[in-house]
Amino acid sequence: MTTLTDPPKEHFRLSMLLYDTRYRSATIQVVALMGFMLLAAWLLSNTIQNLEALGKPVEFGFFSEPASYDINQRLLEYDSRDSHLRAAFIGLLNTLVVAVLGCITATIVGVLVGVLRLSSNWLVAKIMTVYVEMFRNVPVLLWIVFAMAILIESLPAPRAFRGENPTATMDLFNTVAVTNRGVYIPEALFSRSLGDIHFFGESAMRFDVSLDLIAIIIVLAGSIFAMRKVTAWANKTQEQTGDRPKIWHILLGLIFVPMLILLVALGFHLGYPELKGFNFTGGTHLRNSLIALWLALSLYTAAFIAEIVRGGILAISHGQTEAAAALGLRQGRIMRLVILPQALRVIIPPMISNYLNLTKNSSLAIAVGYMDITGTLGGITMNQTGRELECVLLLMLVYLAISLSISAVMNWYNERVKLVER
Amino acid sequence: MKKTIFVGAATVVTLAAGAAMAGTADDVKARGKLNCGVTTGLAGFAAPDANGEWKGFDVSMCRAVAAAVLGDPNAVEFVPTTGKTRFTALASGEIDLLARNTTWTFSRDVDLKFEFIGVNYYDGQGFMVPKELGVSSAKELDGATVCIQTGTTTELNLADFFRTNNISYEPVPIETNAEAQQQYLAGACDVYTTDASGLAATRASFEDPSAHILLPEIISKEPLGPLVRHGDHEWGDVARWTLNALISAEELGVTSANINDIASSTENPEIKRLLGTEGTLGEMLGLDAEWAQRAIAAGGNYGEIFAKNIGEDTPIGLARGLNAQWTDGGLLYSPPFR
Ligand SMILES: N[C@@H](CCC(=O)N[C@@H](CS)C(=O)NCC(=O)O)C(=O)O
Repeated sequence: MTTLTDPPKEHFRLSMLLYDTRYRSATIQVVALMGFMLLAAWLLSNTIQNLEALGKPVEFGFFSEPASYDINQRLLEYDSRDSHLRAAFIGLLNTLVVAVLGCITATIVGVLVGVLRLSSNWLVAKIMTVYVEMFRNVPVLLWIVFAMAILIESLPAPRAFRGENPTATMDLFNTVAVTNRGVYIPEALFSRSLGDIHFFGESAMRFDVSLDLIAIIIVLAGSIFAMRKVTAWANKTQEQTGDRPKIWHILLGLIFVPMLILLVALGFHLGYPELKGFNFTGGTHLRNSLIALWLALSLYTAAFIAEIVRGGILAISHGQTEAAAALGLRQGRIMRLVILPQALRVIIPPMISNYLNLTKNSSLAIAVGYMDITGTLGGITMNQTGRELECVLLLMLVYLAISLSISAVMNWYNERVKLVER
Repeated sequence: MKKTIFVGAATVVTLAAGAAMAGTADDVKARGKLNCGVTTGLAGFAAPDANGEWKGFDVSMCRAVAAAVLGDPNAVEFVPTTGKTRFTALASGEIDLLARNTTWTFSRDVDLKFEFIGVNYYDGQGFMVPKELGVSSAKELDGATVCIQTGTTTELNLADFFRTNNISYEPVPIETNAEAQQQYLAGACDVYTTDASGLAATRASFEDPSAHILLPEIISKEPLGPLVRHGDHEWGDVARWTLNALISAEELGVTSANINDIASSTENPEIKRLLGTEGTLGEMLGLDAEWAQRAIAAGGNYGEIFAKNIGEDTPIGLARGLNAQWTDGGLLYSPPFR
């Protein structure tokens, strides 16, 4: 028999914070946290104090002053009398444009290269390996500058298109002009346009949305909805009767006829670029700064994506391929129906960080004179006003917001393709 | 615990000590070298020669200050800066003096907190175009693509000029003169615009300078001058009076060739005060008596520096124009040494 005695009542002593292993780690953490907060507070107050001593107190009033500089690529109307905030907004849109274009292109190229690297064709696989290694191992800044140099030096200047015997001519039946200032492509014009709707009045964030575009989207969405209904009906009939009704002509009609009617009603036509004065006018101008940045960023990031895709595919056990083959599926279908859907689960998470990298790398834009938000807010505005702290703070906030949005969207997508555990 | 507090306190104290800055003049003397901000390369104004030695009009200003303060015109660390980085470099203390064709403007002086110590080149913004374009006036540039350096007064003037003349243009922002030159020569822009002196210098380095012309319009005032940080008046005085010494030397006929003779033989009291053989001007600046003699001997007086680097006998071929002495109808006018 044992007698149960209470353990001697222990009194808490201060030294136990240090010598008692039960408390020690908490003590260390609390001290470290306090130290960190002190340091942060000290840095902050010191910065503010020093700026004040320099006669440059932190304030954001200058954002509403006229920017006084011009921006070449502007998706919304802007001129040099608009405010610094407006200029930053125009720059933000330019950042988003190149980031979205870059992410899409990088994904397409990356998946293709990743799959082809596993090809049984020796030459194809090797070429893809060379591509991946070349792009992965050279800094992206060099690729950007290199792409720009090639565009500038190898393509003809607009003046080469002029004169009796021009040394350069337009491509694709005289509709596209490829010059060393960029590519001019035809633009969509509407002679019976529905006009625009304006948002946010006169503020720096004001923008217009074309009603023509909205109409097109609505009609397209309606067509797709109807097509799905028809397909569902065809599936049902097939299940009930064993015969699949012929629907391809209905589908074709559904997608094209309403759109054609709409386009005719809006008076749709193309505006072609033509050489006038110093430059081509009309059409849409894709500046070579955009093209160089877009190309370099996507090809660079695609190399990383290719590796992720390859890794994702290799992670799916070979038994799956064999099983699918045993069922009689062909190579392409095995990849599309069996392997890739499973590989996606491995691929998506590292993909997020590549999209984030691409977006952040787009801040190298100024190397080729592309006016992104780093070029406007973090470049000219910062330089002309001398408000480094304010501009950099805002810039960091903007990139943080963009990055968090990308992460949110991708995480949502990841949730959807994730293995459903039962 | 006690230790942590101690370490923390020690850090605060050292950092506080670092924050209290000594005068720039003392820093430079203690370092034995002058950190001077220049361009990334603009022939005639500041560019390394074949031996890697920096040469040029702005470089001579750095050397003159180094000679006056440190007694050695070669005791200079040249820091290449772009239009964008130059002000941060100066404000952060990375450089002691910025001599990089920088325009003296109200906001740079008052808002950015710098002190322009004078004007060493009176300039204005111009345009350069290839002759084959057949353009004879900047007003004909409607729709043209224009190369500009970002972070400069140039891009602001340009926006104003095209706006007031109601014509459009496509700006191509570029960071350095070398890149601008490359784009301009490849025809990626029709026009290059910057300070007229910079255009002349850039054109001189082309393979065929005669294929390019400067348009007659000068669209702005660009008084270019060296600058220092606001607030350190002793250092500002040293730089200002070094520049004035170079200008006065030309006015008084003191050159790098005759300075030794003149110093020992002159009876002119102003020259005597300038060269330190009479009075205590050097001492008032916190320097020795011969400071100005060394500054002038380093690269010559203002006129010599001009002629050697950018004058009419150089490929750049700039006339003195506004930069002549006031006695010759120009704007150079040094306050008296007394
Ligand atoms: N004076 C103008 C423009 C100064 C400027 O950028 N000048 C050009 C050409 S004159 C230059 O020095 N470029 C040399 C370089 O790229 O480092 C200003 O102060 O903003």
